Amino acid sequence: MATATSVVPDLAWTKKISSPHELADYRQALLAGMDPDAPCIRVCCGTGCKAVGSLDVLEAMKAAVAAAGVDVKVMPEVKRTGCHGFCSRGPLLTFQPQGLFYQRVTPGDAAEIIQKTAVGGELIPRLLYKPPGAKEPIAKVGDIPFFAKQTKVVLQRVGRIDPFDIRDAIAAGAYEGLAKVLSGMTPQQVIEEIKTSRLRGRGGAGFPTGIKWESCAAQPGRHYVICNGDEGDPGAFMDASVMEGDPHAVLEGMAIAAYAMGSDRGFLYVRLEYPLAVQTLAAAIRQAEDLGLIGRNIMGTDFSFRTSISTGAGAFVCGESSALMSSLEGKVGRPRAKYIRSTEKGFRDSPSNLNNVETYANVPAIILRGGPWYTSYGTERSAGTKVFSLTGNVHNVGLVEVPMGTSLREIVYGIGGGIPNKKELKAVQTGGPSGGCIPIPSKFLDINVGFGKLAEIGSMMGSGGMIVMDENTCMVEVSRYFINFLVEESCGQCTPCREGLTRMKETLTRITVGEGREGDIEMLEEIGTFTNSFSLCGLGTSAANPVLSTIKYFREEYDAHIHDKKCPAGVCKPLFYYEIDPETCTGCGLCRKRCPAAAVEGEKKKPHTIHQELCIKCMECYRSCKFDSIRIK
Amino acid sequence: MSESEAICCQEPEVDFVVLDRIIHEEFGGRREKMIMMMQTIQRHYRYLPEPALYYLAQVLGVPLTKIYEVATFYASFSLVPKGKHLLHVCTGTACHLRGSGGMVRHVAAKLGIAPGGTTPDMKFTLETVNCLGACAVAPVVVYDDKYYPQANVGKLNEFIEKANAD
Ligand SMILES: Cc1cc2nc3c(=O)[nH]c(=O)nc-3n(C[C@H](O)[C@H](O)[C@H](O)COP(=O)(O)O)c2cc1C
Ligand code: FES
Repeated sequence: MATATSVVPDLAWTKKISSPHELADYRQALLAGMDPDAPCIRVCCGTGCKAVGSLDVLEAMKAAVAAAGVDVKVMPEVKRTGCHGFCSRGPLLTFQPQGLFYQRVTPGDAAEIIQKTAVGGELIPRLLYKPPGAKEPIAKVGDIPFFAKQTKVVLQRVGRIDPFDIRDAIAAGAYEGLAKVLSGMTPQQVIEEIKTSRLRGRGGAGFPTGIKWESCAAQPGRHYVICNGDEGDPGAFMDASVMEGDPHAVLEGMAIAAYAMGSDRGFLYVRLEYPLAVQTLAAAIRQAEDLGLIGRNIMGTDFSFRTSISTGAGAFVCGESSALMSSLEGKVGRPRAKYIRSTEKGFRDSPSNLNNVETYANVPAIILRGGPWYTSYGTERSAGTKVFSLTGNVHNVGLVEVPMGTSLREIVYGIGGGIPNKKELKAVQTGGPSGGCIPIPSKFLDINVGFGKLAEIGSMMGSGGMIVMDENTCMVEVSRYFINFLVEESCGQCTPCREGLTRMKETLTRITVGEGREGDIEMLEEIGTFTNSFSLCGLGTSAANPVLSTIKYFREEYDAHIHDKKCPAGVCKPLFYYEIDPETCTGCGLCRKRCPAAAVEGEKKKPHTIHQELCIKCMECYRSCKFDSIRIK
Repeated sequence: MSESEAICCQEPEVDFVVLDRIIHEEFGGRREKMIMMMQTIQRHYRYLPEPALYYLAQVLGVPLTKIYEVATFYASFSLVPKGKHLLHVCTGTACHLRGSGGMVRHVAAKLGIAPGGTTPDMKFTLETVNCLGACAVAPVVVYDDKYYPQANVGKLNEFIEKANAD
């Protein structure tokens, strides 16, 4: 896929850092050379913004600065950064020191931005963000609810630093936690600090990290420290943004873990579909090695830790710990039964500690500021903050970091800005393909999102995917979608998962094409319960969650499909059709223009009609109509 | 998750100097790096040619069946050549909710190929992918390595027309 123009700064002029104290000196020197009030424009170059052309904006901004020919001192530096989080408004720019925020910027805006805003100090109203329903736009990042309502621990540097320049990261505090560990903490003290923080794994299962480290450290033999950057949940990109935006946080967390467990070797397993993350991590490793922050005799101490990147090859199940380790060994990724723990016998049959990207990224801050500080965020059972990737039918799509225990209402409405197109919120899906759908409107809108609460209501935390679904989402189809995904991704070695999923898929597919039968729901429940109870690995034991949770909360929708042969949400193609309401149709012709199948007919300013035999039900007309005249029948 | 295509019968030319460089120089000839070697070989040839896999088996001392197992287990590997133009439609959850399933069906019907398939004239390959990490601008498609945000059926028709005009 498209590659970033990565110019890795030459660090050869710096010698290796020879003691933990010297890191502080180096940081001071870096900060002394940086004027905090110097103008700087940050262009988001995360995957989301890149997809909408931010690299072109970056180049145009740089050219505009060069072309403006004003005194170099007042000219802003144009910086590429990782994801700012507000992905639905990309490409994004922020201006320091004023803290201005421009959104949906195009390369054509560059010259004007430099002339008016950078030189003239004037705002350009059309590039400012206006919240849905608000009259006035907001100029400053800090005043935009999407940003103001977040608490950033994991993402503290993401979007602020250039991920390809380690000096930027160090100036912002990277590797200070590692320096603290190496200037006198014992491995046991590190583990105690993590235990005190009550940090739980962010990869899905929520296992207490300190306890995992302790049990791994207690094993004899060579230890391995592995980072799970597989992020298989389709529709989630938290880990991608951390790896792309602040790769040093992950490396530092891994190094601290290695120190605590007496390991000298680490691996980062990154999804193949994340080419940018591989680039940022590779550059980060190289630069950290050049400075003696990773590698042999880190910061002049006896502690050595080398790490390298392996990429996945497109298999969801490889996110599972034993499958991941098998894949790292160059084999197929089939999970094994859990009676042997990876912390005892994992990669190369040696004690191996696997944590998620976000878990590691939490570690430096915990070491630096202490476990008790970390527990000041979140709830009793779920401490700290969590990054969610908020997607689906919500205004503000993007990355959101909030303290554990924040209510769904705050996330979806407070930060997410609610549901677009005047639609009703129907459900929130959490936990990835094997998570559950939480029905809304209901009392669930005010539940506090944490490991325990989500499990109680039949969903799960998972890795932090949060998909908002509006009234035009068919829950039967959603459950068919997830089961279909899992059928394709099941490794096939255990019968309950392989057969159970296949049968559920067949049944759900039948229901969505109008061939549902009496007793289908009960059969789905039976197979689902069986699959969840008797499968070998985590994929199978949670695979039926999407089916079971949608049956539990949206049974009437299943009934409508099976008995009335209707899809009330207008998604399952054979079970509905579009019709134009002649009363409200203004004959504006937009649907006629948008229809790729030429199925809409009508004269200007007269009500239009849809030729049912031509209609491919692609939804273009429904989405484009400004008068709500297209009806689902 | 496996592709069920049989190993292609036409034997293409493979360059053993290239293979040696990948196997030995880039990955130190280590069995553990086999998946990464196969990825690099695939990047070079845009699929995994059979003679290259024979050679890999021989050099690494791994049975060919093991290599076949890996090549069919992981979705990113292909044992058959890809078309000149490559269309990836994201079918991750965010994209699915915004209609990517319909786009896949549309292209598949229009070209008469299933997802993963290539047109007989070798011009066009249709692939699906589970999330590209650009969910905010869903539905996303990648055509010849360029990302297209908020894609729709009309956009895909353009690609097909352009590919056919080539
Ligand atoms: C089918 C399946 C897929 C998984 N995918 C991921 C993943 O993509 N990323 C991840 O961090 N954990 C994933 N996990 C969870 C891991 O098995 C493991 O629990 C986790 O990486 C441990 O790290 P943590 O303790 O920091 O959460 C998956 C588990 C299963 C069963
Ligand atoms: S679901 Fe398509 S980019 Fe994430």
